[in-house]
Amino acid sequence: MVDGTLGAVGAVPPAEVEDMELYHPKSWVTRYVFCQDAKVISIQYSLTALSIGLVALVLSWLMRLQLGFPSVFSFIDANAYYQFITMHGMIMVIYLLTAILLGGFGNYLIPLMVGARDMVFPYVNMLSYWVYLLAVLVLVASFFVPGGATGAGWTLYPPQAILSGTPGRDWGIILMLASLIIFIVGFTMGGLNYVVTVLQARTRGMTLMRMPLTVWGIFTASVMALLAFPALFVGAVMMLFDRVLGTSFFMPALVEMGQQLQYGGGSPILFQHLFWFFGHPEVYIVALPAFGIVSDLISTHARRNIFGYRMMVWAIVAIGALSFVVWAHHMYVSGMNPYFGFFFATTTLIIAIPTAIKVYNWVLTLWLGDIHLTVPMLFALGFIVTFISGGLTGLFLGNAVVDVPLSDTMFVVAHFHMVMGVAPILVIFGAIYHWYPKVTGRMLNEALGQLHFWITFLGAYAIFFPMHYLGLVGVPRRYHELGEAAFNTPSVGTLNAFITIVALIVGAAQLVFLFNLAWSLVRGKEAGGNPWKATTLEWQTPETPPAHGNWGKELPVVYRWAYDYSVPGAEEDFVPQNQPVVARAGAREGAPA
Amino acid sequence: MAIALILVLIAVGSVLFHVLSPWWWTPIASNWGYIDNTIIITFWITGVVFVAVVLFMAYCLFRFRHQEGRRAAYEPENKRLEWWLTIITGVGVAAMLAPGLFVWKQFVTVPEGASVIEIVGQQWQWSYRLPGKDGRLGTSDIRNVSSDNPLGLNPSDPHGQDDVVVEGGELHLPVGKPVKVLLRSLDVVHDFYVPEFRAKMDMVPGAVTYFWFTPTRTGTFEALCAELCGVGHPQMRGSVVVENESDYQAWLEQQPTFVRSSAGLGPKVESPRLTD
Repeated sequence: MVDGTLGAVGAVPPAEVEDMELYHPKSWVTRYVFCQDAKVISIQYSLTALSIGLVALVLSWLMRLQLGFPSVFSFIDANAYYQFITMHGMIMVIYLLTAILLGGFGNYLIPLMVGARDMVFPYVNMLSYWVYLLAVLVLVASFFVPGGATGAGWTLYPPQAILSGTPGRDWGIILMLASLIIFIVGFTMGGLNYVVTVLQARTRGMTLMRMPLTVWGIFTASVMALLAFPALFVGAVMMLFDRVLGTSFFMPALVEMGQQLQYGGGSPILFQHLFWFFGHPEVYIVALPAFGIVSDLISTHARRNIFGYRMMVWAIVAIGALSFVVWAHHMYVSGMNPYFGFFFATTTLIIAIPTAIKVYNWVLTLWLGDIHLTVPMLFALGFIVTFISGGLTGLFLGNAVVDVPLSDTMFVVAHFHMVMGVAPILVIFGAIYHWYPKVTGRMLNEALGQLHFWITFLGAYAIFFPMHYLGLVGVPRRYHELGEAAFNTPSVGTLNAFITIVALIVGAAQLVFLFNLAWSLVRGKEAGGNPWKATTLEWQTPETPPAHGNWGKELPVVYRWAYDYSVPGAEEDFVPQNQPVVARAGAREGAPA
Repeated sequence: MAIALILVLIAVGSVLFHVLSPWWWTPIASNWGYIDNTIIITFWITGVVFVAVVLFMAYCLFRFRHQEGRRAAYEPENKRLEWWLTIITGVGVAAMLAPGLFVWKQFVTVPEGASVIEIVGQQWQWSYRLPGKDGRLGTSDIRNVSSDNPLGLNPSDPHGQDDVVVEGGELHLPVGKPVKVLLRSLDVVHDFYVPEFRAKMDMVPGAVTYFWFTPTRTGTFEALCAELCGVGHPQMRGSVVVENESDYQAWLEQQPTFVRSSAGLGPKVESPRLTD
């Protein structure tokens, strides 16, 4: 199946496919603002996500200042602190990571990589971005309403999320829930596009098992998101009703500060189930596109076929499926029926197996390779290290009984930042360095890229690796200040201060990246159409940056899988997917049947 | 080249950090040494995998770095190798899961004869209830909560009349006796967490949850809230005093029963019993 020989399809003459169905821009506004070209939508998504991500970065600085140097910064009181951590978490997970990986990379890469002219529903695709932007604006607005943003923690657990002991109870929580609902509406428009485009708009010869792993990752993640986000959607609607209309979906009878409230009969744990039924797949909604992208980065820059392609595809699909039956591993100490722990610990540890296979295959792709240490490759390698670290600590927390002492400590914070914060963000950076030349026609500056990589990678590891040990000591998460406590030894204070200083440095290093993005747009080296000598279709477009419609008059025809690097007998060390087999007849001996 | 060296440093440095750093768990004070042992097993397995994979990566980066004339091998897959790696991974996972599930079974199975106490969370303090002479806790209902009856005990339940209610103070427990902790919350989700005991569980309004443990050494241990419960979350502290049986009984004698405290009589000093 991974074989490049093609049989019947190779004999079909290339078809001329008119692009009359696309809406070509007629004015500046329809070209750059209300544009239906997936590539422009991708850039809009990415820039919006990076902008709101900068807000989250500043929030993380503020919370680290409080943790590293308690009570030095008087404006970070407990209310502000909880608002910062809540908004930081929600922005990073939903509005940055999900949006940039699916809306950003999905929009740019899916049509180009499968040989389509655009997404199948360009108008809905455009709408998806504008609805996403609205969700971001509503979220940002919550900083400025009376009472400020919600401080309920990014998990928004009721009852506290809508009771008066939590900051932002008046308007913040309402805007947060509204923003999530809007986001999910917008995502659904985009997600349907990504899925249908992959299923229906692949060019001739692009069988599913010839698709680059990037497309597999984004495709699977989109299917998962379409199945998982509705759980969050109903959860958000129900909590909004509880807050605004006085219903009791998640609210049992309770006494708040001595007052009996009117609620009764609801279940707080029901919300946790809904939240994590979304929340755990969400981890893989972020991780699978990163898995796919990093596979392509490693293969391209090691000049070697991805090792075990079929296993990699099945691992993606298996992880996607399994991730729907592991959600309650976030709830071992939630008070749910403790016997669930047996089931969820087992499924959770089983998911480690396909995940480990992916790691082995990345590393085995390096083995016998011809490794070019380009900036995208460095980020891919950084991803592997941080992902192994974060993945292995997941085996602690997934194992119910080990989770009991560690849950709700800094160990958890360190784990999920390593595995779904640092690791996917390193991939996002690597991907930007990799595809920027296609998007702009110019290379990003190599020296600045190296500087950015080393500070970010080593800094992030220095932040989050020691943080696990704070959790082992017993330092709880979500503490505005540790106060007098047995675990608050001087050495814990020193470590917290160290982490804060490194976090400030790593955050500042992102300015180097932003500068590089802007500077290279004008001064970057001309890239040409295929600077990395890559095989996949997006590098074979007639123009760079690709025009609207991507392919000129004829759609490309695909003759081989995406990983024909260093094929024995071939002249160059890569063979593009759209190069006919006949061009190098007799060079097939090394390939499997 | 540089990156190969740095990966070696990361692998070695992480191990050295683990061994030499001063940050390690607090000395255990309960029967859940099993949990610590499972963590140790997990550290060993994951540590070996981490070091092995990172060092292998470093070797590949050094050995197969781009040089003039080098060409990568073309090997789309290697079924044998892939299956072996899958099987070895499966064995490693089983080696962590098996003890994990074994200990989890113990964690959720309360031993016969464990004494029952109750911990109640509210923003932002802990309260405790211990059974009186009859050894049973009375029923409770959140609708009964009032300033005279802070934990909402059922006034007409005979089992509750002699219950000992400790509001906002210390919890005392006898050493060496298994105790089943029933958990309730009056308002939001809290979590009673004593690092030295290892065990913890959320307390959820509208439900009664539990965990059990046996205190194994005497001393005073700090309890904190481990589930975000609003702006006072970090201030929600308590303390648990583990002491020998006679000290415990002496302490228990001093505590007011439900009937006495709801009658506004405060702690017992040297007065005749009003009930029973």
